[in-house]
Amino acid sequence: MSETIKINIRDLNLHAGKNHILKNVNISVPKNKITVILGPSGCGKTTLLKTLNRLTDLNPEIRVTGSIQIDEEDILHTTSDIHDIRKRMGLLSQRPYPLPMSIFNNVAFGLKISGRRRKKILHKRVEHYLRQASLWDEVQHRLREPAISLSIGQQQRLCLARGLAVDPDIILADEPTSALDPVSSAAIEEKFIELKNNYTIVVVTHILRQARRIADHVVFMYMGEVVEQGPAAEILHNPQMEKTRQYLNGAFY
Amino acid sequence: MKLNFRKTEEYFFRLVMLACTVVIVAALLVIIFSILKRGLPSLSWEMISQKPKGGFYFGKEGGILNAIMGSLYLAIGATVIAMFVGVPVALYMNVHILKRKYMVNTMRFLLDLLCGIPSIVYGAFAFTIMVMIGLRTSLLAGMLTVAVFIIPIIIRAMDEVLRTIPRGLMEASLSVGATKGEVAYKIFIRQSFPGLVTALLLSFGRAIGDAAAVLFTAGFTDNIPSSLTQPAATLPLSIFFQLGSPMEEVKNRAYAAAIILTLIVLLLSVASRYFSRRYKKHSIKF
Ligand SMILES: Nc1ncnc2c1ncn2[C@@H]1O[C@H](COP(=O)(O)OP(=O)(O)O)[C@@H](O)[C@H]1O
Ligand SMILES: [Mg+2]
Repeated sequence: MSETIKINIRDLNLHAGKNHILKNVNISVPKNKITVILGPSGCGKTTLLKTLNRLTDLNPEIRVTGSIQIDEEDILHTTSDIHDIRKRMGLLSQRPYPLPMSIFNNVAFGLKISGRRRKKILHKRVEHYLRQASLWDEVQHRLREPAISLSIGQQQRLCLARGLAVDPDIILADEPTSALDPVSSAAIEEKFIELKNNYTIVVVTHILRQARRIADHVVFMYMGEVVEQGPAAEILHNPQMEKTRQYLNGAFY
Repeated sequence: MKLNFRKTEEYFFRLVMLACTVVIVAALLVIIFSILKRGLPSLSWEMISQKPKGGFYFGKEGGILNAIMGSLYLAIGATVIAMFVGVPVALYMNVHILKRKYMVNTMRFLLDLLCGIPSIVYGAFAFTIMVMIGLRTSLLAGMLTVAVFIIPIIIRAMDEVLRTIPRGLMEASLSVGATKGEVAYKIFIRQSFPGLVTALLLSFGRAIGDAAAVLFTAGFTDNIPSSLTQPAATLPLSIFFQLGSPMEEVKNRAYAAAIILTLIVLLLSVASRYFSRRYKKHSIKF
């Protein structure tokens, strides 16, 4: 089976002030697969995800060079609208950040600001995405309640629904289960496996077992550099680099 | 031995805190009590329903409706103006230039300085400008002057609430395609709504209680202003003039006016608390 490359990161360097945070990063993310970025804390995983979403633009201290090709378009050097680029990627963060509004409006927010305001259509879409995030059954009778009335696990699934609602083809998730209980974590993992048929998914984690459960493709990072990458089976069971081997054996976190 | 010391220390500081609380509460009660004691007997329907008649400040009939209406117009107008200028600035600081730390911190420093300048300086400054462009004392001049001196208060009060919003909320909003403007006016405003209400209340209190800034700019009159270009009376100045009277009876009326001023602020505070609670339920707790 030949695989298509969805995201192609070439010679990416990121400096924040004097700190060189990402060093010559080259990563190929295959389409419709789950790519897991592994690495000890502080190695630059979060920064890498934010660069993909151009959230790094917010910080004037940060300088990024290199290229990130998504479907042949270099999102670092493009004339496309930054907001359209961000809409192509759903984002899940380490802990859920629901918006200060009702459950319904959390999912509808992205649709509304993109100009879709017809009540009937909105309602259909919201239901669709809540179902996709396996949340509909739990919230269908309380759509007008504040999003914060949900449990943390439900909030994270709400954030997933909100991200899916703007119709991205990529999902970026930064340790999406680290604040969740085991049941909610398992629900998110299952969801990812289900969603990968239609989405390209990039998950940052430092939980090895999670990587083993969901990864198709693994990238191992250390101190801002990519040490090794490839199909999950190869990297997780037969790593070529000494650093990777040490990490997999639990020599450091 | 060590534990004993810590126990004594704990006991000592609790005593200090208790003493401070007692002093503050007692002082407050004394103030309220003495205002009520002197003002209540003079408080009448006439006070709040009539304008002063000739010779009011020497004991003749009339009321302070001129000052009540003048103060309300002035404080509401100034607060609204200050809100429309101040809230965008606070949002701009916390959404658009959030990461330009040097700039934001400089602004905070300057705003804190502005908050500390006595209002009479604003009044004198505004008066100088009014003289320069040939403007007479008026409701509008008073409103603008008060607005200028409460703008820094609104900005800083809002800013203190907005800066507690974690970056994650902004990133989450941006990631579904929101612009920074949408983050500011659709997300941050909602999240900080209770803070906005507090900020408005705080500045309304300052606006309605201030005498110095309006002295030169709004002037004083026995009439209720019917347009922005007419001078306006204000409660604090009305209190001041009545206190200046040699007659005991008029002095007591000043205390009645103080009760009215306090009641206005109290009513508004209760109303806004009720209002903000209805919105608070959506605010995310971090
Ligand atoms: N804005 C910034 N300015 C300076 N250093 C930063 C900034 N953001 C992140 N870093 C540093 O970059 C490194 C990588 O951080 P991060 O991407 O959060 O790592 P991870 O997610 O893998 O734990 C850390 O050493 C962190 O201190
Ligand atoms: Mg991280």
